[in-house]
Amino acid sequence: MEILNALFIAPFVDMVSYPIFFTEVVVSGLLTGVMYSLVALGFVLIFKASGVFNFAQGAMVLFAALTLVGLMERGVPVWAALGLAVVVMVVLAVVVERFMLRHLVNQEGIILFMATIGLAFLLEGFGEMVWGSNVKPLDVGIPSESFEIGGVLLNEFDLYAAASGSALVAVLAVFFHYTRIGMALRAVADDHQAALSVGIPLKTIWIIVWSVAGFVGLVAGIMWGSKSGVQFSLSLIALKALPVLILGGFTSIPGAIVGGLIIGVGEKIAEIYWGPLIGGAIENWFAYMLALAFLLFRPQGLFGERIIERV
Amino acid sequence: MFYREAGQFKTTYATDQSVFPINLDRWFIAAALVIAFVVIPMTASEYWLQAVLIPILVFTMAAIGLNLLVGYAGQLSLGTGGFMAVGAFMTYKITTAFPEINIILVFLASGLCAGGVGLLFGIPSLRIKGFYLAVSTLAAQFFLVWMFNKVEWFYNYEPSGSITAPPREIFGVMITGPTAAAEARYIVALVLVLIFAVVAKNLVRGAIGRSWMAVRDMDIAAEIIGIQPFKTKLVAFAVSSFYCGMAGAMMVFLWLGSAETEAFSITESFNVLFMIIIGGLGSIMGSFLGATFIVGLPILLSNVPQSFGLAMAIDTQKHIEVMVFGSLIIFFLIVEPHGLARLWQITKEKLRLWPFPY
Repeated sequence: MEILNALFIAPFVDMVSYPIFFTEVVVSGLLTGVMYSLVALGFVLIFKASGVFNFAQGAMVLFAALTLVGLMERGVPVWAALGLAVVVMVVLAVVVERFMLRHLVNQEGIILFMATIGLAFLLEGFGEMVWGSNVKPLDVGIPSESFEIGGVLLNEFDLYAAASGSALVAVLAVFFHYTRIGMALRAVADDHQAALSVGIPLKTIWIIVWSVAGFVGLVAGIMWGSKSGVQFSLSLIALKALPVLILGGFTSIPGAIVGGLIIGVGEKIAEIYWGPLIGGAIENWFAYMLALAFLLFRPQGLFGERIIERV
Repeated sequence: MFYREAGQFKTTYATDQSVFPINLDRWFIAAALVIAFVVIPMTASEYWLQAVLIPILVFTMAAIGLNLLVGYAGQLSLGTGGFMAVGAFMTYKITTAFPEINIILVFLASGLCAGGVGLLFGIPSLRIKGFYLAVSTLAAQFFLVWMFNKVEWFYNYEPSGSITAPPREIFGVMITGPTAAAEARYIVALVLVLIFAVVAKNLVRGAIGRSWMAVRDMDIAAEIIGIQPFKTKLVAFAVSSFYCGMAGAMMVFLWLGSAETEAFSITESFNVLFMIIIGGLGSIMGSFLGATFIVGLPILLSNVPQSFGLAMAIDTQKHIEVMVFGSLIIFFLIVEPHGLARLWQITKEKLRLWPFPY
């Protein structure tokens, strides 16, 4: 009886009796969720346009952040370092297309997935060899003062992160829907061969989409790097982005955002209200269980395209 | 001209269905067995057994298990580490509670436990497919590792939180624990792997294996011709997890001697996945080749600079190793996406004509 009470009643009583604390938990969950979404976005972009499940996105986040920090440590001003980092990510996209994707056209999804894991190893090793493997603080001048709104403690930094995340999504949505390149990207995502036959240059498209994913990775890298320092563990946030991605659906940009928010909030609430009951540190697996529960009802994720199967 | 079946007549159904239909294959396998059972234990050093051969056997076991699931039944799984942990921790739990039970039986029992857990996490596979299924198995991975970390009952309330292999013997020979000779552990691992490789080979040639492959190739079509996808997938999950559980038990009891939950992290799951993809999806032979490749490559890489007399800072060397590992994987996937097993097959086909051009 006592355990049932502790599991099913006490947490809700807590939530209702301390509404301000509860709001704070939800808000901090939402803001963490935005950070997850930023990483998940990169996955969605590449999956949409090339059907590749790019496991190297986490490594790309790390690599972009490492490049930025490394350049800044060598005395390059922030704006120049940012520009150079973008250039590096574009070069990376070209190299990946030239030496990897081009040779793996028409392979099965799992082979491409494996190849991106190989790429992740390569990027991590290369980034750390060039820029060193110690933890580096990253400061691009985002203010991080704390302030209160209606008794809820907020951090400016998180708001900036949320704002840049939303801006990024808005820009990407416009880009995908209203520009010629965006339309070409969607065509490629739909059917490689059909896209080729109407004259869409597949190779250019891949370079573009990997560059965009690299750019998104850079933004995510800046946000995560400013928060927790640029270090190897940055590449592991890819694992955090997976449940987000799966919850939202692989093919949906809004899905990545909504998924991120749900996972962020769910994780925080579970950790704070239920975590202590079962030993804590449940953040590691809770997101997956949550995504799993959602998937049982919607196997294609919340916003994924409906899976139609034919014989 | 030497490697061919011409002149070898099959006169019974049994020979018609044998795993190795060509004489030369059988001789080759026999020679390999003699080397594995006699030559290696007599000549190999402690280092070779402990750092190379035993890990290869342990990971071969895991790779066969995962290959049954991913390569034959087509269900992508990233939970190998978790299922291995079930095997290891259950073995520890059972053998410390009942020390008199033969350790091999304990291995089998904990393999069955892992199979049960795999069954449970396989249930979502009916509705969830492809990469989406990876989440279900990742949930297994993270949840199981977390559970073995948090619930102290699993490691007998040891303050260190690790499990240590207690000394156990079979036929009067010590095979686990600190006093067990590397040779003894090697032989036990070898016997287990060979037995279960033969079992796996026969599973995939039989009705179960064919139903797995039907589901893999197209599950709706399989359902239409009367295969129950749910049952088939669950069986695949259970059998695969049984193998992984055995591998986990072997890993702690025959190889490492003691381990924490860290040893069964997501890295391990990826490693095993690498093995079956480099080795060849849907091939038992490929599991052997893949495990050898992935276990051997880092060891080889870390020894190469020294043999050339190059001195490098340790972390630079580590980074270069990681890079080379990554690029070799990409290279292999580009050159031969069907894995080492396919290369093996191509070699055999070439051998039929060799040394003549056609």
